[in-house]
Amino acid sequence: MSAAIEVAGLTTQFETRAGIVTAVNDVSFSVGRGRILGLVGESGSGKSVTGFSILGLVDPPGRVSGGQVLVAGTDLRGLTPEAMRKMRGKAVSMVFQDPMMTLNPVLRVGDQMARAVRAHDRVSTRAAWDRARAALEVVGIPAAAERLHAYPHQLSGGMRQRVAIAIAILHQPAVLIADEPTTALDVSIQGQILAEVRRLADDTGTAIVWITHDLAVVSSLADDICVMYAGRIVERGPAEAVIARPLHPYTRGLMDSVPARHEPGKPLPQIPGSTPSLLNLPSGCPFRNRCPRASDLCTTDPPEVGTATHSARCHHPLGDA
Amino acid sequence: MIAFILQRLMQSVLVVFAMSVIVFVGVYAIGNPIDVLIDPGATQSIRDALIERYGLDQPLWRQYFTFVTNVAQGDLGRSMVYNVPVTSLIFSRLPATLELVFVAMFLATALGVPLGIWAGYKPDSFSSKAIMALSILGFSVPTFWIGMLLIMGFAVNLGWLPSGGRGLVAEFLGFRTSLTSAEGWSHVLLPAINLSLFKMGLMIRLTRAGMVEAMRADYVKFARAQGLSEREVVFGHVLRNISIPIVTVFGLELGSTLAFAVVTESVFNWPGVGKLIIDSILQLDRPVMVSYLVMVVILFVLINLVVDIVYARLDPRVRLKGEE
Repeated sequence: MSAAIEVAGLTTQFETRAGIVTAVNDVSFSVGRGRILGLVGESGSGKSVTGFSILGLVDPPGRVSGGQVLVAGTDLRGLTPEAMRKMRGKAVSMVFQDPMMTLNPVLRVGDQMARAVRAHDRVSTRAAWDRARAALEVVGIPAAAERLHAYPHQLSGGMRQRVAIAIAILHQPAVLIADEPTTALDVSIQGQILAEVRRLADDTGTAIVWITHDLAVVSSLADDICVMYAGRIVERGPAEAVIARPLHPYTRGLMDSVPARHEPGKPLPQIPGSTPSLLNLPSGCPFRNRCPRASDLCTTDPPEVGTATHSARCHHPLGDA
Repeated sequence: MIAFILQRLMQSVLVVFAMSVIVFVGVYAIGNPIDVLIDPGATQSIRDALIERYGLDQPLWRQYFTFVTNVAQGDLGRSMVYNVPVTSLIFSRLPATLELVFVAMFLATALGVPLGIWAGYKPDSFSSKAIMALSILGFSVPTFWIGMLLIMGFAVNLGWLPSGGRGLVAEFLGFRTSLTSAEGWSHVLLPAINLSLFKMGLMIRLTRAGMVEAMRADYVKFARAQGLSEREVVFGHVLRNISIPIVTVFGLELGSTLAFAVVTESVFNWPGVGKLIIDSILQLDRPVMVSYLVMVVILFVLINLVVDIVYARLDPRVRLKGEE
């Protein structure tokens, strides 16, 4: 199976006054057609920057400094700005976290969508509006023709996020990057959107990179999971395997902190401490200061352990894998 | 919409009323026009006759009452100095100011907004920094001084443009204007540039500030993620978002320029209303002062009304009061 998107050794750095911060550190993954990859991590783990790095939309002083992003055989990093623009929205799309902020408040929904259509296809305004209406129907918006004339503030949060998703899939992209698109929504709306996204992947073959901090969401949605910590991928594997038998102590900690999986009445386990500053990472394994299994060995770079499909970077992986 | 306009017009009647009282009392306080108007050698009886003719022997409230009654009948009074009706005096001067202000505001907006967009789009480039430095000059250097420099440079040394006065005036759509002839334009150009520099500086800085903020917004990043070109991002998405403060300041500046283009009109000897009001203040020509200031208030009220209506067109989230 050829991958819809293949990311290899992606590295993004920010030059700050205090020094160089490596927000995305040698990240590699690939997603096949119609599959969903859950990219999981805490705030500041570099998962959003990974998304922006793929699209070439990292704001200065940030800079993608290394790696490859192969979409349909093309390395996006080698493209000119104009060629890259033509890939955005067409081959690779992105949906953002906060639907209140991603739509332009002063343009009608249909107007924004028609502009997105016409960014890549030379069609009449009328044809562009027709395609916009069709896209709204795909994401399950009732009375789509009327919604086209609405302004974003007249729609609910869930509606707006559906509009954003509709905009992102206007050109049937090969890859959709979704950056925590359900975090700002009610749980019931979240469920509906997850179902739509799953259907989208199955029906159109769009590969989806679902960025989230919520393991509960990905466990039900994703085919594969990558867990990010301090800019690196620390564990990867099929969703069931990672959830059922996590190898990395960090993944275990994340899962134990999910309230739904926990016995009622007992205090919720937490991962002690907080994400380390990327300016001042400990040597070796970046998680060792918070890890219950850490030993002196962890001051050296952890090895890749596990199988070809399910692996982690850890000196002391859990279980017998 | 209609309800909103009616409500605003009723509010403005109150504002105009309050303003007229303030102006009337203020003007009353600054001196007796008789002392300026009359020959010091005139006899007491001539003095008394004149005082009575202008109603200056009446108590203040009665003078005000008479004034309001006359205004209600469309009579703003007669100028004490020129001895002509104030209305025709002001309207004879208004076209000159209107055309000057029109050209100045056009220059300020047509140059200021694009320069501001550029300066906000590429805030770190050398050209942007140069634009910002010049914009500071634009509104920190006194207008009269720039005016004199312009006259020295373009009129005296280079001899390209006349140094002052209004050029050839022709009737156009029932309006006496100098903008229909090249000779008229040559007279308008220098004072209009002079008048526009301050506003241009303001427009540049305002537009830039809006741009810098808007370019960081999520919807800009989202628009880029859709593959929109930078031109479409700036002109299709951002410009509309930043236009509200620009329209506000445009309205305010338009009003204040129309009312108080005094300095430029004086420097360039431009026969507009600004010069008229300064002259009438110096000569304590009460009816002109009062009528003029009340008209200025009405002008501001109208401009603000238009600005509010434009807001609602620009930003769908703005709902005008009285509108469902």
